[in-house]
Amino acid sequence: MKRFLFSAFLFLCLFFVQAFGQEQPIGLRDGPGRELVEGNCAICHSLDYPVMNSPFLDRAGWEKTVNKMVSVYGAPIRKEDIPKIVDYLTKYYGKKE
Amino acid sequence: MISRRGFLKGVACSFAMAAGRFFEPEYIFGMDFMGPEGLPKGTLRESIMAVLPGKKSLIKRSYRPPNYETPIRYFSDIFTPNDVFFVRYHLSNIPQVDVKRWRLRIGGDAVDKPLELTMDDLKRGFEPIEIVALNQCSGNRRGLFKPHVPGVQWGYGAMGNAKWKGVRLKDILNRAGIRASALEVTLNGADGPVLPATPDFVKSLPLWKAINENTLVAYEMNGEPLPHWNGFPARVIVPGWTATYWVKHITDINVISKPFDGYWVKKAYRIPNGRFPIVERFVSQETEADTPITEMVVNSLITNIEDGQIFRLGQPIEIRGVAWDGGYGMKMVEASIDRGNTWQEAELGKDYGSFSWRQWSFVFRPPRRGKYTVMARATNQIGQSQVFELIRNPAGYHNNVVQLIGLSVV
Repeated sequence: MKRFLFSAFLFLCLFFVQAFGQEQPIGLRDGPGRELVEGNCAICHSLDYPVMNSPFLDRAGWEKTVNKMVSVYGAPIRKEDIPKIVDYLTKYYGKKE
Repeated sequence: MISRRGFLKGVACSFAMAAGRFFEPEYIFGMDFMGPEGLPKGTLRESIMAVLPGKKSLIKRSYRPPNYETPIRYFSDIFTPNDVFFVRYHLSNIPQVDVKRWRLRIGGDAVDKPLELTMDDLKRGFEPIEIVALNQCSGNRRGLFKPHVPGVQWGYGAMGNAKWKGVRLKDILNRAGIRASALEVTLNGADGPVLPATPDFVKSLPLWKAINENTLVAYEMNGEPLPHWNGFPARVIVPGWTATYWVKHITDINVISKPFDGYWVKKAYRIPNGRFPIVERFVSQETEADTPITEMVVNSLITNIEDGQIFRLGQPIEIRGVAWDGGYGMKMVEASIDRGNTWQEAELGKDYGSFSWRQWSFVFRPPRRGKYTVMARATNQIGQSQVFELIRNPAGYHNNVVQLIGLSVV
């Protein structure tokens, strides 16, 4: 199952490289959780989305956003990865106190 | 796979484009900025001028799904050119539609006989209609909300005015036969989600709006076939209502007798009840708390002056802009140069119909050196005016706050 998902993911990546030839890589800030954000979020949208939506969401705001991606849009994020993704977005793209 | 050569070519093109841009006058004079200062810092940092196939450079807010904004300077024209018209998608699976194989299917439990139409059927079988109408994203200016709300962080350019040609949706539906039980009309396009679990972008209209004489299925925009990124080969035109209903790449229209329960109507694109002065309602989708967004609120934009611009004393300053609403028509645009202490009526331009935006202009001769704050405020034929304070709502819609533009006279 995991292998299938990974192949499907690769296929989608290739497909979108073809379909949106203009898309440039977005350099997200380095830190724990970055790979999880890149691997999960980029399936459906480019990584300029979190940067564009920064820095004004607090932890609750990012939590709400990530949960919406899962419950409304069906993002296939493993349950245990959700808090790590929220941590990363809060730390690097969250509202400064 | 991208070949090594392809990659190098891409890199070379990017450099060439970056270099080319440097010599464009608006780059040198700073007119082509990534948006007003009120946008989130991350938005300003991540936005760049970028090109989609068939389009000129637009302000890229997101690559995928593609969300590209029109630079304000193009709004000096009454019709927004097709190759700079803004692009907005929710979902990233966007096929190139082959018009020969394209079909428009009419069905649903509230039609007598389902139909399937080709582009030829559409062009030859119905009376062609032309209408000038403003297409504006519900979330245009969302990026200027205070506090910010999540979503695509648009500045002023998620809109465009065009002459649309097509046929009345009413005429198409009548051919299929609308039953007495009809309540709503659903609209679905060829684009869809990446993952099957993501709700497809399907909208519905109340029947009365779907059969309004101005609601069209359009196949031309400004005298040309629709650009791919604006819905080729046909899209729905709902003059006066926000662009969320103007479904692109339209393929399926169903007349139904129960309220549609898709995500994009039931949960998204909703505004809190009672906060906006809305006349046209979508009653079958209303709840205790909120209602689908419908008509655009009265609004205006200054198109020829940039915040912080410098003028010489003795030089008359012409301020130009556009104003629009949900289809009632403009009554007046007032302009102020002293932060709203005194107002004067601007001169309105030619009337292209009440769904088009209306150009306006105002000339003032600054009496002395110093700083001036320019404002413009539109009022429509039913007496609604732009607001001075943002009407907050969770999704960031209907931002029609009067702009403040500072200029210096030296």
